[in-house]
Amino acid sequence: MAGLLIASALLGLAASVAGAVASPRSRTPLTVGGTVAACAVAFAVAAHVLATGEVVRFHTDRLLPLAGFTLQLDRFGALFVAVSAGVGVCALIYRLGYEGHGLVSRTASSTLPLFVTTLLLVPAAADVTTFLFLWESMALTSLLLVLADHRYRPEVRVAGQWYAVMTQAGAAAILVGLVLLATRSGSQSFAAIGEAAPHLSPWVRSTAFVVIVLGFASKAGAVPLHVWLPRAHAEASGPVSALMSAAMVNMGIYGILRVGDGMLHGGPTWWWLGVMALGALSALFGALHSATSRDLKRLLAYSTTDNMGLVLLGVGASGLFASTGHRSLALLALVASLLHVVFHAVFKGCLFLAAGSIQQATGTRDLDALGGLLRRMPMTGAIFLIGGLGMAALPVLCGFVSEWLLLQSMLHGLPTADPAIAVAMPIGVGVLALTGGLAAFTFVKAAGIGLLGLPRTEPAAVAREVAPSMSVGGGILALLCVVFGVAPLLVIPAVTGAARSLTRTVAPDPLARGWQLGLSGVHDVLAPGILGAALVLVVVAIALVRRRLQPGPVRIVEAWGCGRELQTAAMEYTATSFGEPLTRVFEDVLTPSHDVDVSHVAESRYYVEAATFHTSLDDAFERRFYDPANQMLRRWGAVARKVPNGSIHRYLAFGMVALIIVLVVVA
Amino acid sequence: MRSDWSIGSTVAISLLQVVAMGLGGPLLVGLMRKVRCRLEGRVGPPVRQPLLDLRKLAHRQRMRPERASWIFPLAPLVLVATTVVVAAIAPLLATDPALGWSADLFAVVYLFLLGSVVLGLGALDTGTAFGGMGASRALTIGAVAEPALLVSILALSVPAHSSNLAAIITTSRAHPLLLATPERLLALAAFVIVIVAECGRLPVDNPSTHLELTMIHEAMVLEYSGTDLALVQLGESMRLVVLVSLLADLFLPWGIATGPGPAHLVISLIALTAKVAVLGTILAALEVAMAKLRLFRVPELMAGGFVLAVLAVVSALVLA
Repeated sequence: MAGLLIASALLGLAASVAGAVASPRSRTPLTVGGTVAACAVAFAVAAHVLATGEVVRFHTDRLLPLAGFTLQLDRFGALFVAVSAGVGVCALIYRLGYEGHGLVSRTASSTLPLFVTTLLLVPAAADVTTFLFLWESMALTSLLLVLADHRYRPEVRVAGQWYAVMTQAGAAAILVGLVLLATRSGSQSFAAIGEAAPHLSPWVRSTAFVVIVLGFASKAGAVPLHVWLPRAHAEASGPVSALMSAAMVNMGIYGILRVGDGMLHGGPTWWWLGVMALGALSALFGALHSATSRDLKRLLAYSTTDNMGLVLLGVGASGLFASTGHRSLALLALVASLLHVVFHAVFKGCLFLAAGSIQQATGTRDLDALGGLLRRMPMTGAIFLIGGLGMAALPVLCGFVSEWLLLQSMLHGLPTADPAIAVAMPIGVGVLALTGGLAAFTFVKAAGIGLLGLPRTEPAAVAREVAPSMSVGGGILALLCVVFGVAPLLVIPAVTGAARSLTRTVAPDPLARGWQLGLSGVHDVLAPGILGAALVLVVVAIALVRRRLQPGPVRIVEAWGCGRELQTAAMEYTATSFGEPLTRVFEDVLTPSHDVDVSHVAESRYYVEAATFHTSLDDAFERRFYDPANQMLRRWGAVARKVPNGSIHRYLAFGMVALIIVLVVVA
Repeated sequence: MRSDWSIGSTVAISLLQVVAMGLGGPLLVGLMRKVRCRLEGRVGPPVRQPLLDLRKLAHRQRMRPERASWIFPLAPLVLVATTVVVAAIAPLLATDPALGWSADLFAVVYLFLLGSVVLGLGALDTGTAFGGMGASRALTIGAVAEPALLVSILALSVPAHSSNLAAIITTSRAHPLLLATPERLLALAAFVIVIVAECGRLPVDNPSTHLELTMIHEAMVLEYSGTDLALVQLGESMRLVVLVSLLADLFLPWGIATGPGPAHLVISLIALTAKVAVLGTILAALEVAMAKLRLFRVPELMAGGFVLAVLAVVSALVLA
């Protein structure tokens, strides 16, 4: 098995080399073929590990100096490898037909396989050096891919800057935390840190945990460290944004769990209350922004922040239960969170791929310029609708099952009579409920404005369906979205195994009741398959009745326009107007800015010549925290620039002062 | 969950529930209209008028805006299907309808949400300003009502340790004193506020208005006609009666059939009719006494409902 894992990595590297040296014509098929093969092999290894529990190990001293390169794949890591591999296959198949300008370049062609390979290997890293090496490779390759289109759109550069800074800051935090743990426990292997961790002082443990969680949370897009995410995920090309949003953000969750549960074996209550607070804030803030955003991919990116927030909420609840001694509940909450990671990857991958198709077909991501696409692009539209239903957590698609489980884990935590839990759980349920309602709103807005109604611009009116391979890539994920929603027990045993291998709990399986989804020991059962079948049956039955009742063919008429004939798209609601009530309700959080400019005719100020209305919704965290911080840094930079003014005397003085300081410190 | 119910009898109960809700929905709407009219000093149409309207509409021709896609005709079907499924699986007349064990309160909530979402899509599919306006407003209210709804469910689930409807009803029948506790009353208040919002009744939405500025639900369904309009009206009235019946069964659980015999069911049907009629009359009387809220005051009402529900959960834990 270890050989296969390495074979998968080598296939990825070979695809990368092929992308660098092959002719422009054969570049795409070669890289796609190699990377899909790498993903398939990695998926097979992960499936084997998930099924048997065998731990795959690999070590070589030749790759990294001093430390060596160590891989170790257990069930928990294998779950994330499997998700990355699945998303990777679909995104790469989609890539075959994608016509992005940037992705065909030599650099991008050879970087994409590398990025996918690091996504496959990060969850298998077994010591600090290997982990950081792979983590940084993942960050660097994804940055290069985000920047692929920088020649065509200047916004890409800004997005790249934000991403580069945030990902490096996050990696630095992770580095500090892991190095602290490694030095204090005397070894850099994850297993050895795990053994030594219970004997470390609480200060070291807590400091390391907080720093590491912040580092990983920025990768998972948790608020307030999310600012890079809506930019980078929106500017990246179709398949890359799907890989980032469906697979890369998961690594943030993986890291938090690997360190918090796997190495430190849980901790005091406040750690997990903190994680829950982080999750609740991310979920609400992400959901609100995604509900009010008019840029299709930005909307999806904020929804990623929202969903990772929900996962963190579940992770925090799990840790909270564990820290108060409720092992079986902790396992349930952890299973619910991991299941949400898997299902989020499925529906978000689906949505980002469909959004990429829409962008390719119309040349824009602005919802206010789209409309009527379901008739022009039936396949892409259907994929988007299915993924969107999953995102809105509606029955009977996959998002519903994991949110139901999260709700159940919080509900069953209540009778434990622990005050922290008693306060945290109702708030958690409230957050889940509000984000659920907002996700439904977001879905109706995105699908209703983008796909339905009348086209708002010329490109939307003449859009053509995309290449078949793109529909296949998204279609596989859409199909999975339905299959997992109807039959969640296809994946739940694997997820439970992963959760158990992480926490090493012996608590009974929280979900065991044959073919329906039931919690052991309580009444709560969900049979999504039966619900789905019942819904379809009733819909068909009513459709037949309707056909019988109806006296003649359906009359095609013009829609009612208050007596005005000939509807135009200008009369339709736009994404901005659709979100306006919500913007007003949450004005304090979203802080929208409006600008009305009225110019008058020269002869009389009673006659208006032109009126322009401008409204914008910036990220409040960006405006309140990041912009002032940037300005302060810029001011310091300006001051610092005056210090080296070119005078040789001044430089000699600097050297002198530095030498004195060194001597004083050494003495 | 008991096993002494035969499959045949549970399926029969489910069918009976669907029929009862299908007829009861329009009748409840008619009753509430009648009560309103009487209180306002008018005679009003007969209680069975909505049923007559449905019969008339069902045979009228359907119309479809020329630019609409397949979503538009699908939406009324899904709306009715979600309510029919809820009516079939929720313990409304008996504690154990077919598939009742899968009738978790959360599932009921999300099924209703599915109906609203699809109706919103159908509204946007028409490409008119009204469709967008109605969908935007209805879903905004839906989103802010959701926390109050789920947390009041949480409050109800605490004594039963389960969100399973049958379990909650059985527990409160076994411990009638639990029904008068402060947390129950708080949860009741929150639940009523949410039902009003979910069904688009006053003071959140005025179902009888067709004024552009104030329409919410009616704006969404403006383009539906004939059989489709009948389906939309049926779905909405069924949603109202299912929610009011749930309210009746959750807070006044007496009379619901616990055994499979026909005698039980007849008693249960009479009891439920009486409870729903009383609750409907009270709701209608409250509607007469209230004016419609401004759209942007509705979230405050929902926030109030949420606070009540959180208080209900906390007091359930503190007083338990």
